[in-house]
Amino acid sequence: MRNILIVARKEIQEGLRNRWVLATTLLLAALALSLTFLGSAPTGNVGVRALDVVIVSLSSLTIFLLPLIALLISHDAIVGEMERGTMLLLLSYPVARWQVLIGKFVGHLSILAFATLLGYGAAAGALMATGVTIDLESWIAFASMIASSVLLGSIFLAVGYLVSSLVRERGTAGGIAIGIWLVFVLIYDMALLGLLVVDQGQTISGGVLNGLLLFNPTDAYRLFNLTGFANISSFSGMAGVAQNATLTSPTLLTALFVWVVIPLSLATFAFSRREL
Amino acid sequence: MTGTLEVRRVSKRFSKVDAVREVSFSLPEGETVALVGHNGAGKTTLMKLMLGLIRPTSGSITVLGDDPAAGEFRARRQLGYLPENVSFNGALTGQETLAFYARLKRQSMRAVPPLLDRVGLTHAANRRVGTYSKGMRQRLGLAQALLGEPRVLLLDEPTTGLDPALRQSFYEIIEELRSHGATVLLSSHALTELEERASRVVIMNRGIKVADGTLDELRRIAQLPTRLRLKFSAPGIPDIPKWLRPIGDLRQVDRNMVEVNVAPEQKIDVLRQAVGLGSPIDDLDVIPPSLDELYAHFLLTQETAR
Repeated sequence: MRNILIVARKEIQEGLRNRWVLATTLLLAALALSLTFLGSAPTGNVGVRALDVVIVSLSSLTIFLLPLIALLISHDAIVGEMERGTMLLLLSYPVARWQVLIGKFVGHLSILAFATLLGYGAAAGALMATGVTIDLESWIAFASMIASSVLLGSIFLAVGYLVSSLVRERGTAGGIAIGIWLVFVLIYDMALLGLLVVDQGQTISGGVLNGLLLFNPTDAYRLFNLTGFANISSFSGMAGVAQNATLTSPTLLTALFVWVVIPLSLATFAFSRREL
Repeated sequence: MTGTLEVRRVSKRFSKVDAVREVSFSLPEGETVALVGHNGAGKTTLMKLMLGLIRPTSGSITVLGDDPAAGEFRARRQLGYLPENVSFNGALTGQETLAFYARLKRQSMRAVPPLLDRVGLTHAANRRVGTYSKGMRQRLGLAQALLGEPRVLLLDEPTTGLDPALRQSFYEIIEELRSHGATVLLSSHALTELEERASRVVIMNRGIKVADGTLDELRRIAQLPTRLRLKFSAPGIPDIPKWLRPIGDLRQVDRNMVEVNVAPEQKIDVLRQAVGLGSPIDDLDVIPPSLDELYAHFLLTQETAR
């Protein structure tokens, strides 16, 4: 345990030093703030449900941005240290390989959580500063949006580690990471949509569709945030989906957790078998 | 005999290359041993095997009584390692880097400043490692290897990139640790690098151990000839073989100088002749076989034996 914390601490220290933390926080805050004020313009609704509108726009932002940031941080974590030669020295110390990996995960996750909390929190803070009243339900939805955003980030951290512990070169890891981002964030949904249009509801049942949605963590995240709370689903235009949704919030959350655990275990396994 | 570090008939095969073949040796406490060989001779592979970073294809290794690849940390806490071309994350300062490694070895943070001082990095302790020169990084590498008074030190090409003054102080630190009972294994690609600091030398070539012993023992085994350089004022060169008895290997350097190679057991006889009464020789130099020649000899005998 102590080894994990020592490694995590070093990752955070490095993140602070090379400005990763600062850059991520500023980026998220800037985008969140602009979405908060610009995003309410088209709906023309800066009323009681202002925070709900923010949740809708921020969760869309999260789907694009957090996987990208997470992959950027993580794809280099193993193969980069191996290439630079720092891994050889680290592993000669009394520390197990899984402790190194989990330590890095904890460190990177802290950076991501800090940036998300501060960046998105800035949006809520700005909203409060303008004198908008926000009820408890919105706060809960906002808090769960932040928490699930961090969870989504941690999924892509884990996926990035898996890539990083499998490939031989940093460049390869970078390419694969971009590919993964494209697939999960853009291509998967388009392909799914195309498939549904072509299929016309003939063969693909609701069960299969649910399975396909759970198979992409960004979809599971989207459903969790946009259909989980009644007010938000009405804003996001997902009310119809929400009524027919057979995927409940606990199912979606479980799927997201599974998406963290499996790549992380595979990464640990691949890393521990790797020869230096 | 059981040493702090035992290597028994160890082989390591990477997909196509036999990196180490049937190597055995034992290193006792308080000895500095040099592992010498060309690049690719298997030195780094042997060190990685001793660290448990890779597992032997066959054979076994014991470090301080443990199998290093078993995942036990007891031995690793008492082990210092300096990899070839050591590198650190450039974002942290020297002090932060050393503190990180000290924590992993469960050392007190109070150990950090004296170590930095010992390797002469106090003035740069709060600078980012990214700004360090090669020699400074090497010194930081040495500092981390010295954390926690290790009982076994594995140093992979430790003196490359160090200037002569630093090399001197480096060997002083090594000598001090050795006198406290540490086992030190240094690798090097040339014997001359070691400046006769190692009490014992293990020569490796293409994964095979070709020689193992003290430098004197190796010299004795090798039976390398000593070179004598003889000078004359008078042109007496044609008479030389007469003075020095029949010697096969005679080479004329210039008009009044010749070089002869003499086997160790003939050396004294030849010298007596050369300085005896009536000898035409004005001056002579005795050049013992150099470490490089010794090293080349062992590599050559192994190559031809195969």
